[in-house]
Amino acid sequence: MKKGKVVGLEGSFAVAEAVRMANADVIAAYPITPQTHIVERLSELVADGELDAEFICVESEHTAMSACVGASAAGARVFTCTAGQGLELMHEVLYIPSSMRLPVVAVIANRALSAPLTVWCDHSDVMAIRDIGWIQMFAENNQQAFDLTLCAYRIAEDNEVLFPTMVHLDGFYLSHVIEDMVLPDEEDVTGFIPEYKYPFTLDPDKPVSMGCYGPPFIYPETKRAQEVAFENTRPKILGTWKEFGDTFGRYYSPVEKYKMEDAKIALLTMGSCSETAMLAIDEMREEGKDVGLIRLRLWRPFPFKEFRDAVKDIELLVVLDRCISFGMGGPVCSEVKSALYDKRERPNIVGFIGGLGGRDIPIEGFKSLIQRALEKVKAIERGEEIETEMIGIRE
Amino acid sequence: MEKEEEELFVPRLVTTEENFARGHRACIGCGEALAVRHVCKALGKNVIIVTATGCIEIISSLLPQTSWRVPWIHTLFENVAAVVSGIESAYKARVRKGKIPDKEVKFVGFAGDGATSDIGLQALSGAMERGHNFLYCCFDNEAYMNTGIQRSSSTPYGAWTTTAPVGKKSIGQATWKKNMPEIAVAHKIPYVATACPSYPFDLMDKVKKGAEIEGPAYIHIFSPCPTGWRYPTNLTIEMGRLAVEAGVFPLYEVINGEYRLSFDFPELKPVREYMKEQRRFRHLTDDIIEKIQARVEEEYFRLREKAGVK
Ligand SMILES: Cc1ncc(C[n+]2csc(CCOP(=O)(O)OP(=O)(O)O)c2C)c(N)n1
Ligand code: SF4
Ligand SMILES: [Mg+2]
Repeated sequence: MKKGKVVGLEGSFAVAEAVRMANADVIAAYPITPQTHIVERLSELVADGELDAEFICVESEHTAMSACVGASAAGARVFTCTAGQGLELMHEVLYIPSSMRLPVVAVIANRALSAPLTVWCDHSDVMAIRDIGWIQMFAENNQQAFDLTLCAYRIAEDNEVLFPTMVHLDGFYLSHVIEDMVLPDEEDVTGFIPEYKYPFTLDPDKPVSMGCYGPPFIYPETKRAQEVAFENTRPKILGTWKEFGDTFGRYYSPVEKYKMEDAKIALLTMGSCSETAMLAIDEMREEGKDVGLIRLRLWRPFPFKEFRDAVKDIELLVVLDRCISFGMGGPVCSEVKSALYDKRERPNIVGFIGGLGGRDIPIEGFKSLIQRALEKVKAIERGEEIETEMIGIRE
Repeated sequence: MEKEEEELFVPRLVTTEENFARGHRACIGCGEALAVRHVCKALGKNVIIVTATGCIEIISSLLPQTSWRVPWIHTLFENVAAVVSGIESAYKARVRKGKIPDKEVKFVGFAGDGATSDIGLQALSGAMERGHNFLYCCFDNEAYMNTGIQRSSSTPYGAWTTTAPVGKKSIGQATWKKNMPEIAVAHKIPYVATACPSYPFDLMDKVKKGAEIEGPAYIHIFSPCPTGWRYPTNLTIEMGRLAVEAGVFPLYEVINGEYRLSFDFPELKPVREYMKEQRRFRHLTDDIIEKIQARVEEEYFRLREKAGVK
């Protein structure tokens, strides 16, 4: 097992450190709170000669992603990062690397969306880009932000994958918080991430045309090929995480389970609030309740098998969404419901929306979620219609 | 036959190599496709071309075929300069890190007037300001032709387009053409030029210069479009010549801020002559044509002054 050293690092610095160790060639990014510390740190690393990369100080996020697309097509290992409004401004470009199979790596410091203007965390930005065709995963602490960023390069650039990969870390909760974490030795990281060799670079010696025009007689076939290839990334993602675990001692899985062994009730969360949720589970366990926690680590491709497996023995699944799909409830709740629709045996599912725009959810909040959910199940059994409840709102 | 004639007329001056291959789907008489062909001849093989959504991309890249014999990429409408920035930076970094040998590859962006002076202006301004080593060619056919002749900020005053239609309360385009080359000049980049495929040697010389110069270079290429301008398809070369001779589209270079006229016409042809065959202008009344004439003269003589022509 490779060791490394324990350091105290801010989440943003942890990400920058991963990009440095991965020896990225081109970084194109535009500042936005709460991602700013990542771009600032990377600028510093480049300015000090600690990372030999071209840092393109672009004039917008649209350009940041476009420059990453160009750089990746020209064979460079690339990085960008953004948040909230910046991710929305990128939106159009995000479909390009996934459709053209360019392994761009991006880190998002999740942020709520305007209006009203806010800089604080929720998952509205992520949920608006669910269908972009990127591999997407969630970190819950700074160690994970570091580890998953490294893994993102390894996964994305695998010649059997070649899909852009995105790591989500909660703005402020992780980006601006200093935590203890293990920083591996650089040689070990270099061993884990091989040099990037894109098979079809833009090269005058071997001309290729990229991004051609696809009318109806061919467009659906290109999309089918993309979907098949995307589905095929699943074993590669699992394999990379296994190898990472075997090398560095920290294992990741698409669906993480906490105290789920004999649980009858499970709470489902994503991102940093999962750590608070764990404390709530601990307390409820002490109170003798059969509760556990499920966290979605892999968001795309959606981990159907692992998720169905995780909930097969429970009676109630309580889903917390940090986003609202207006007129539809919580997007994660909708997705997990649809993931279980084909199963004859499935738990009751109750969704809540909370933690919008940086509103904290304390331990008590998670405990009362479970309580409220049990009441709602009773209401469902009485044949009543239930609505998605927003928690922690002042009336 | 066609090829032989080419060799007969210009054996030592122009390569017969076509890096923008025949068989593309441009309309008959397309000035833009002709300009692209000339530009590609001048650029040669050691180049990477990025193209914006628009006529050029649509006519040249219908899957599973391609007209491009050099490495070529299209992604979106408004981000050509951004994608070029990324490619150029990737090349720089990889050469510096010893991952590839330096073969002095040229990086070139191709975009229409809409992709340049409207939706892609920010990305272009950013790339010029950052000083990437690239050449940007704007193919100006004075409207969004690919989507059906809608007006752009580069459409001339008085022209009919589908979104600047002529009506009881409209003369067509009611604004004056945005001066995109001047916007490029304002970025203080080392090379800015205007060109037109009716003057192929001038065009190719400028492309070579722009590609050789270290830093950003911008060439604005007047690209007559029979489909959008509503003139007979055999008049494309004529349209370009008349535009230049009437002072509507003067050909010049700005090298490190110094203006130089490529062709000077102390006596301009009347704009009416240039407009005559184009049905996009046929509704214009005499007083509007006079207004246009006055503006063209004013701008042309101001340009002459900048170029130091007495
Ligand atoms: C974001 C976006 N908006 C609009 C379009 C539709 N569109 C595609 S090409 C085009 C016009 C192209 O005009 P121009 O750049 O002048 O090129 P031309 O076709 O005239 O050569 C438009 C409006 C698009 N593809 N993307
Ligand atoms: S519409 Fe105009 S610019 Fe487009 S292909 Fe036809 S002639 Fe060329
Ligand atoms: Mg146009």
